[in-house]
Amino acid sequence: MARRGQTRAALRTPVGVVSLVIVAGLVILAIVAPIIWGEEARTTDVPHLLEGGSAEHPLGTDNLGRDLLARTLVATRLSLVLAILAVLVGAVIGVTLGALPTVLGTRASRATAALIDFTLAYPGLLLAMFLAVVLGAGPLAAILALGIASAPAFARLTQTLAASIAGSDFVAAASVLGLSRRRILLRHILPNIAEPIILNVTIAVGYALLAMSGLSFLGLGIQPPSYDWGRLLNESLDRIYVTPEAALGPCVAIVIAGLAFNGLGEALARAASTRVPRHRPQPAMAEDRPDDVTTEPDPSATSDAALVVKGLTVTFPGEDGPIVPVRGISFSVAAGERVAIVGESGSGKTLMSLAVAQLVPHPGVVTVDRLSFLGTDPNDLPSAERDRLLGTSLAMVFQDTATCLNPALRLGVQLSEVVEVHQRARRTDAVRRAVDRLRSVRLSSPERRLRQFPHELSGGMRQRVVIAVGLMGEPRLVIADEPTSSLDVTVQRQILRLLRQVGDDTGASCLFITHDIAVATDLCDRVLVMYAGRIVEDIDAASLWDGPAHPYTRALLAAVPDLETDRTVALTSIPGRPPDVAAIPPGCAFAARCSFATDRCHVEIPPLQVDAETSHRVACWHPQQGRVATITRTKVEAT
Amino acid sequence: MSSEAAAGVPSATIAGFAERHPTVVFLVRRTARMIVALVVLLVLSFSMIHLVPGDPVRAQLGPRAPASLVEQRQAELGLDQPLPQQFADYVKGLFTGDLGMSSSSDLPVSDVIGQRLPHSAALAGIAFVVIMLLSITIGMAAAILTRDGRGRGTELTFTTTTGFFATIPEFVLGVGLVYLFGVELQVLPVAYEPGVAAYILPVAALSIGSIAALARIVRAETLDALGSDYMRTARSKRLPARLLYLRHALPNMLTSTLTLGGLLLSGLIGGTVLVENVFAWPGLGTAVVDSVVAQDYALAQAIMLLLGATVLVVNLAVDLILGVVDPRSTIKEM
Repeated sequence: MARRGQTRAALRTPVGVVSLVIVAGLVILAIVAPIIWGEEARTTDVPHLLEGGSAEHPLGTDNLGRDLLARTLVATRLSLVLAILAVLVGAVIGVTLGALPTVLGTRASRATAALIDFTLAYPGLLLAMFLAVVLGAGPLAAILALGIASAPAFARLTQTLAASIAGSDFVAAASVLGLSRRRILLRHILPNIAEPIILNVTIAVGYALLAMSGLSFLGLGIQPPSYDWGRLLNESLDRIYVTPEAALGPCVAIVIAGLAFNGLGEALARAASTRVPRHRPQPAMAEDRPDDVTTEPDPSATSDAALVVKGLTVTFPGEDGPIVPVRGISFSVAAGERVAIVGESGSGKTLMSLAVAQLVPHPGVVTVDRLSFLGTDPNDLPSAERDRLLGTSLAMVFQDTATCLNPALRLGVQLSEVVEVHQRARRTDAVRRAVDRLRSVRLSSPERRLRQFPHELSGGMRQRVVIAVGLMGEPRLVIADEPTSSLDVTVQRQILRLLRQVGDDTGASCLFITHDIAVATDLCDRVLVMYAGRIVEDIDAASLWDGPAHPYTRALLAAVPDLETDRTVALTSIPGRPPDVAAIPPGCAFAARCSFATDRCHVEIPPLQVDAETSHRVACWHPQQGRVATITRTKVEAT
Repeated sequence: MSSEAAAGVPSATIAGFAERHPTVVFLVRRTARMIVALVVLLVLSFSMIHLVPGDPVRAQLGPRAPASLVEQRQAELGLDQPLPQQFADYVKGLFTGDLGMSSSSDLPVSDVIGQRLPHSAALAGIAFVVIMLLSITIGMAAAILTRDGRGRGTELTFTTTTGFFATIPEFVLGVGLVYLFGVELQVLPVAYEPGVAAYILPVAALSIGSIAALARIVRAETLDALGSDYMRTARSKRLPARLLYLRHALPNMLTSTLTLGGLLLSGLIGGTVLVENVFAWPGLGTAVVDSVVAQDYALAQAIMLLLGATVLVVNLAVDLILGVVDPRSTIKEM
């Protein structure tokens, strides 16, 4: 069933179709060619020895005047048969070797694994020559050699597959029932690994065909008077100056057969690994901004704002039209201000921060009505100046400390390159500054750290290094995307304290992205709450605990556990799930999860505007008031 | 672990030592494994002539050769001695450079190898350098052009072309090159002659397939590196493209590329044998095939031992280089 589905999937690709047709053609040729052209291939024609191509003999004749085209066609059978025999030998030896460890003990498995490793290291050709010496040059030695050479691959595959299946539940159940190891192997393991092994046989036949041709070409494979393509090439190579077509015929045959088998193998392998056909997404155009994306009203930006964003939209091409994870966001960050962006995963907060930093990966498209960073739009600057501005004034701190530093580079390089590139600092000055910055993020023995690699440091230390990298220039804005969520709790607090101190020392603004509203209020002056690609509330951290207006913000607050939360009762969570970014409903995206929602909420998008009662921006048709009832707030001391 | 324990050292000390000096342990372990493999190879190459069914000398000289000649030849080869004595003489001969006489050329085997080794080494060495340089350049360029799903046309052209050339075996490619550049265009020599020009076609035949195969892997590895978090960090520093790709991406794909390049180097030994036979190259590859066909046991034995040992040494060297380039690989080995 699965096998038939796979084959059909493989056939859908052009390579799969063409390969399958050629392979089928070769098999038919192997069967019928000796019957049809066998006589012609044997007929000697003394007046026409070693001739070039002619109408009568398109590829010429050999040293006995036999027609080379007929011989090339007839040779298909032996070439294919030898390859298939070699693969069968390899598969039998390999599968046996590979299955043994499952039924034998640990010691025997280790010995087998060592043997496989040892054999894998040697080129098959050396083995072929060894056997040619021992058994005499001929097809038997060649088949055995290629078989043994391909056995390790089969053994390795069987071992892996068998090990994974032997560990599975149904085999464990079979052992509990007291079935013998041999029975388990035959009845349960082998049937389950047959399919990938058959696939590999197909691929291996292609390789064996090429290798066997090589051996015959060297005179170590098939011996006269028998002949395969390699042997024909061997016999006609000396004449390549006089009658090149005699040599090119077998060459073409070898190439076609090799390509066809490899193509079929690859197509089958791809079909086996990706069962779901891939649709090519439609490219997103810059003007593809959907109608339901509206620019949020202008924020009350002060003239000294570090960052002003108006109508920021990020669009990705999707299978069913563009996907818009960030939908017309507008906000500003004043100089020295710390602003938190809070939201569940999938709310678009990370992508929004990447868009501000001009780091959205292809094929995402960013559109913005107005972007101002330190008073200039980076997109208006020549590229060198833009790089200098963003490289030195904008610092990024990422979430995963294990992956965001380059594992192959010493920390010294990763720190100093910013100022070496953008400020043309000399190496010694850059190093001096790097030591100073490492000291300012409170990392011990900074001189030694410069020579270390990231993997020699702990997660907290790595995050300090990332912050130090941001401090190498003159940062005016630090964008920190969940900088503490990969760290453990005590380290989290240290990093938050460090971020706060960095802001105080440098006067840099901070855009702090988090899903943790408690952390956001501890560190930041203002909180922007994001939901489904929009800002739904923009509120002072101080007044947040006195009562946010948006039901979603209130739900987030209600979900925060604190020291007095009753641990025996399940934590409060927001009912429902955030909407799929590919299908955001009309109206307020939160309406489906909101207990205050009315018909209007499902139809009309509430604009983000200053609420008369609470005097902060909120996007809700039914803003709420008062403290969130379910919690008692005990402020966690972050400093 | 068992080998150290057998030496009688308390295991706690070993564990401590292993923890403090992972590189030393790695070196010792890896070298020991290599020595075992060399011994196996040595025994195999020695036993080759004894595994030949019947009398190898009789087989070589033909059924009508006089018994006295067969006996004389057996004495020359030392086959009349007891087996342990023969093995001892064989190993001694290896160290003194006395590898016996080549029966097909009547020259000492060491002389034949001495003449032919440089030609093979030059061919394989040049091909290896060409393969590494071109495959890394082409693979990285293709990755940069097709990163994040860009340039689908380029991607299709790249995968089709490399897939084609990676499939064609060296000797067929060699014949094709001979036809094109030697017969049709007549611009390049098609057989060995002194000078640089004679190297062009054999090196091309030997390297094109490997370049194609390795370039595909380099592209995949580079795409992997380009999509990583540390590349995003590097981009956030607004580094010029040169630093972004050469400093940040290249070292991260080098480990896997070198591993596969090392495997490829031992594959090159097989390829060299085939290509030498296409281009009548006076190297070990033509010599070993001729010796096998002519049943020149002494020469076949010596060359196969040499080629096998080369494979082992190359693999060891690759592992050691990897240990230096990527210290984590030695720890993984533990």
